[in-house]
Amino acid sequence: MSRNTRVAAAPAGTPTKVTQGSRTKGGIGESTLRPDGTLKVTGEFAYSSDMWHEDMLWGQILRSTVAHAEIVSIDTSEALAQAGVYAVLTYDDLPTEVKNYGLEIQDTPVLAHGRVRHHGEPVALVAADHPETARRAAAKIKVEYKELPVVTDEASATAPGAPLLHPGRDDHHAGHVPHPNIVHRQPIVRGNADEAAKKADVIVSGEYVFGMQDQAFLGPESGLAVPAEDGGVDLYVATQWLHSDLRQIAPVLGLPEEKVRMTLSGVGGAFGGREDLSMQIHACLLALRTGKPVKIVYNRFESFFGHVHRHPAKLWYEHGATKDGRITHMKCRIVLDGGAYASASPAVVGNASSLAVGPYVIDDVDIEAIALYTNNPPCGAMRGFGAVQACFAYEAQMDKLAKKLGMDPVEFRQLNAMEQGTLMPTGQPVDSPAPVAELLRRVKARPLPPERQWESTEGADVRALPGGLSNTTHGEGVVRGVGYAVGIKNVGFSEGFDDYSTAKVRMEVINGEAVATVHTAMAEVGQGGITVHAQIARTELGVTQVTINPADTQVGSAGSTSASRQTYVTGGAVKNSCELVREKVLEIGRRKLGTYHPAWATAELLLEGGKVVTDGGEVLADLVDVLEDEAVEIEAEWRHRPTEAFDLRTGQGNGHVQYSFAAHRAVVEVDTELGLVKVIELACAQDVGKALNPLSVVGQIQGGTTQGLGVAVMEEIIVDPKTAKVRNPSFTDYLIPTILDTPTIPVDVLELADDHAPYGLRGIGEAPTLSSTPAVLAAIRNATGLELNKTPVRPEHLTGTL
Amino acid sequence: MRVNFTVNGRPQEADDVWEGESLLYVLRERLGLPGSKNACEQGECGSCTVRLDGVPVCSCLVAAGQVEGREVVTVEGLADYAKQRAEHGGACGTGACGSSGTSLQDAQGWSAKGSDSQTGEGTELSPIQQAFIDAGAVQCGFCTPGLLVAADEMLERNPSPSDEDIREALSGNLCRCTGYEKILDAVRLAAARQERQGIQEGAV
Repeated sequence: MSRNTRVAAAPAGTPTKVTQGSRTKGGIGESTLRPDGTLKVTGEFAYSSDMWHEDMLWGQILRSTVAHAEIVSIDTSEALAQAGVYAVLTYDDLPTEVKNYGLEIQDTPVLAHGRVRHHGEPVALVAADHPETARRAAAKIKVEYKELPVVTDEASATAPGAPLLHPGRDDHHAGHVPHPNIVHRQPIVRGNADEAAKKADVIVSGEYVFGMQDQAFLGPESGLAVPAEDGGVDLYVATQWLHSDLRQIAPVLGLPEEKVRMTLSGVGGAFGGREDLSMQIHACLLALRTGKPVKIVYNRFESFFGHVHRHPAKLWYEHGATKDGRITHMKCRIVLDGGAYASASPAVVGNASSLAVGPYVIDDVDIEAIALYTNNPPCGAMRGFGAVQACFAYEAQMDKLAKKLGMDPVEFRQLNAMEQGTLMPTGQPVDSPAPVAELLRRVKARPLPPERQWESTEGADVRALPGGLSNTTHGEGVVRGVGYAVGIKNVGFSEGFDDYSTAKVRMEVINGEAVATVHTAMAEVGQGGITVHAQIARTELGVTQVTINPADTQVGSAGSTSASRQTYVTGGAVKNSCELVREKVLEIGRRKLGTYHPAWATAELLLEGGKVVTDGGEVLADLVDVLEDEAVEIEAEWRHRPTEAFDLRTGQGNGHVQYSFAAHRAVVEVDTELGLVKVIELACAQDVGKALNPLSVVGQIQGGTTQGLGVAVMEEIIVDPKTAKVRNPSFTDYLIPTILDTPTIPVDVLELADDHAPYGLRGIGEAPTLSSTPAVLAAIRNATGLELNKTPVRPEHLTGTL
Repeated sequence: MRVNFTVNGRPQEADDVWEGESLLYVLRERLGLPGSKNACEQGECGSCTVRLDGVPVCSCLVAAGQVEGREVVTVEGLADYAKQRAEHGGACGTGACGSSGTSLQDAQGWSAKGSDSQTGEGTELSPIQQAFIDAGAVQCGFCTPGLLVAADEMLERNPSPSDEDIREALSGNLCRCTGYEKILDAVRLAAARQERQGIQEGAV
């Protein structure tokens, strides 16, 4: 066997089926445990970075050291001459005419050609037999850059003579944007804001700045590409949407999609950061070039350059209100920095504009949102997706209005809260429960945590004080503040996108028991989708044992694990396929056993506890006797109701599928001398429609809340405005909340069914990330009396040294 | 170079180790024990936490050569380690409690179970592992191995920790999914179960 022939055995870490029985009914509404839980606590669960193959090579990417430059020359000869190096690839080695990719606009080069547009852009690839050999070889590639001026904000990007990031654009937004360095612009105009402003007794305005947040998922971008004997490639990778990756990968490789077989490896978190491709094409190119399996694993430094971030934003808002507390109008302008490539920017603009009003009744609005092309790091999807930035600003405005009117901030919000039937500024009616006032009532009614909780018989417990174990205060200079916020997030893909999922469900008898198998391409990224799929199968098919097959491209698309949509859409697809399987099983039963009991023909029949039962509870047959050695298998697509595009001039249109609401109350203590903040409690109330798995629901809410806390007081990717270079690409300098930074997070779950959704459920993953940040900001303002229009809040913002 | 050390109670020998390799790399890529995780490789996240002669360390910050002749416990050996500790009635910090654990042969042949994986029943887990599952402390699970090793070590030292004790002990382990509330629940649960177990055994 030659060294280039790959071993037929599957690589170590190949995902396997997980089978879960259940001692209880284990259906929806129960807190059943994760089917992958045991594998994850024993270290056996195989993440994409754990993949291993006999004879595999390691891939390394050389990235640009400058943000904007012409590439004068690339010399790979020294790198290629290193012992242990198998391949060095540049743009010139790309095999087909398709050399760009992108989620919506194919503007992102697989490898830079003639020009780099942001710090850390991929320039060349190396494959070697040891990761350190690959790194050292990459360092020996000589790239000569001729630096170009950078554009880093709206003023520089749209200035006369500004360098264009993408000259000659022909994408479908190019025709309606006011400048070629603007990716997309979405105005929303309803009523007459100027006219309505005349009725206002008070008007408040403000400019708000939202910093660049990183998803900071813990499992680094990684995967293994294995060349196949048919000229194709098997790719094991951590992603949010296998089929979207496939659509972007195959054309660059020059392969038909069926020759790029993708399997989801274990995913160590995502939060939007895995919607775009990272190492997928690079690993495949190296594997196909060398004829050997190639593994790529980013380290944390590279991960900060290897995925898009949350758009930083500048938001200008004006609101007016009458003396009795009714909001008269709202005007706003939201400028999102999309960085060098489009990624999800157009959809983020759609969200930011359509959700810019927040969960309030405001008839007269004038909204504009844009995303820029700049030389900053590319920005795209992150949990909350455009709605987060808007919520930070409009909730600050609500507090300002309430203060100016002398009203309680919660009562003011409740007075203006939307409810079922309210029209969105897009003209779309909110046609399911919108318990905004009730959510606020619930967080406010909760008893406040005791004052001076750091006091103990042995003196102050510094772990409960601002500054923590740094022992900076024993309570001196510490003041408390309380703040509230509420937000609105859309669920599912919007603006006319064909948002569907596919589920293959099989039912058969194994070892004398009827069991179900569920196969989807849904990316389980930690959210617990596979737990819910097993629950749905038990509820619909009356079985206890369910096997979940690994997610791969051998089954139809599940859409993205994004937009709080998977329980709704792939959950809906699993439910639908289970219902079709059930019909088939009942048909078999009627054919085989129908003559034994009239109820087979007349009654509504269900599958429960391994049996066919009537809706009156009478047992007609055991599923084992119905199925015998027959297996029933159905693969079907399922769609939620369609949405419409927003009008490009007025923003009108039924653009969203469903809305999701959460409210927070934050209690903080601030050391006003040192500017240190300790969040004491962050209570959340959220309407989830129907909690399919209450334990997982609460876990999602607490996790989302904590990411909002992070951006309030800690998290920001700092980009040098002069060079557009990232200054803190590490967990040493980019801080995410630790267990000491994170407070108690009591959660109050409401279940008001949305009649349009499967089981009445509501997508829940993102809403808590919205209101958490402004609640913490409001609490810090309440404690300090400062205006604080920027997030994250840093010590110097609180001590007046800036 | 060659490095000889003990992993999960079994003597191991790693060959052709480059001087710059970390203990984490040797465990993951040379010994087939990828349970210790590579989230930052900068000593900031704690996902690679193992016990080195009983002391929790970030294995990414330990040079492979430093472990020559020493004892390492990883998440793969945690259940055995806890079992032996329970049988020996207390701490077995240096791993001197015996030598079961994952054999080198088993470790190098590692792959996530060729056939179906039966979840839940069958696998013997340590109390902290079981508590993480029961309390919902696992989402993506990437931080879980490091947290388990750190939490198990804390419960060994401090069987009845206060919430602030738990927070302090786990403050070197980042989690991005859970908001830590369920992790606190899991540690409280493990401590309570351990205490109940102790009372029952004491009553016999």
